[in-house]
Amino acid sequence: MAEFNPKDIIKPENLVYRKSKVLTDNVMHYCPGCGHGTAHRTLAEVIEEEELQSRTIGITPVGCSVLMYNYLDIDMQEAAHGRAPALATAVKRLMPDRFVFTYQGDGDLAAIGTAETIHTCNRGENILILFVNNGIYGMTGGQMAPTTLLGMKSSTSPYGRDAATMGSPVKMADLVALLPGTCYVTRQSVHTAAGVRKLKKALKKAVEYQNKNMGTCFIEVVSNCPSNWKMTPVAANKWMEENMFPAYPLGDIKVPAGE
Amino acid sequence: MAKVKGAVVIDTEKCKGCEVCVVTCPTQTLALSHEVNGKGYNYSYSANPEACIGCANCAVVCPDGVITVYKMKVE
Repeated sequence: MAEFNPKDIIKPENLVYRKSKVLTDNVMHYCPGCGHGTAHRTLAEVIEEEELQSRTIGITPVGCSVLMYNYLDIDMQEAAHGRAPALATAVKRLMPDRFVFTYQGDGDLAAIGTAETIHTCNRGENILILFVNNGIYGMTGGQMAPTTLLGMKSSTSPYGRDAATMGSPVKMADLVALLPGTCYVTRQSVHTAAGVRKLKKALKKAVEYQNKNMGTCFIEVVSNCPSNWKMTPVAANKWMEENMFPAYPLGDIKVPAGE
Repeated sequence: MAKVKGAVVIDTEKCKGCEVCVVTCPTQTLALSHEVNGKGYNYSYSANPEACIGCANCAVVCPDGVITVYKMKVE
């Protein structure tokens, strides 16, 4: 066998993975190891592979991912805090041929936007809601979110979340799965290659269901926040596996009948 | 027997050194460098390039999409 040289392999015909062309070349402002970057890239790959780039409209939230429109080369609109599903409803009703999604964090979707989320899912609008749940308010400095785990410390629950005074974590995916308007509700993760590949499959299903006008698709991504959890990215992913997954078990919660 | 060999190209200036690719790599090909890039992060690099099998797991989990993967069969 000839001497191994990586330069012999690095040729266009041997390419197996490259960054999606739907992503722009801007460097993302997210902290090292943040799940938002992986979720953005997976979404961009699905948009590219399904050839949706020219007919996708994304609605961005308020939170860390507020500047998402800088990173995805598609039409995007910023919504007021928590109001992304309401804006997506309007966009989808006016332009039913477009693929419409909202991308929201837990402070946006589960706190200030609870009413919009629940009523949009109840009406069964044909949109995709991508919910990134890291159990904390990331952008504003690590305050307690509705999805913060019991006993988890944050800047507004310094002794840990206490169910008696602060309530228990809101399981949004389980909540909206009960509503008749949702057709597909699933919970995925982005910290391992297998998790990312499963999320990609789920996103492709959501595209298919939206093309068939089957109702609201709700995909929750259990993610991390290394900065506000005060851990390294690798330790945060491990902590997430040990603590977040028992509270937010991964897998499909609701699938359309006959699937 | 045909063997599969892979190679990764990392955009080290955009890497934030989160180490997620390093722990994901099944063949311990990647490692964090001792040098830092323009942002001051210890970037990821191919420390053991001969071990790479081109599985693309590192690129799939990279939050910043800085990894490109190539793969070929060698006799």
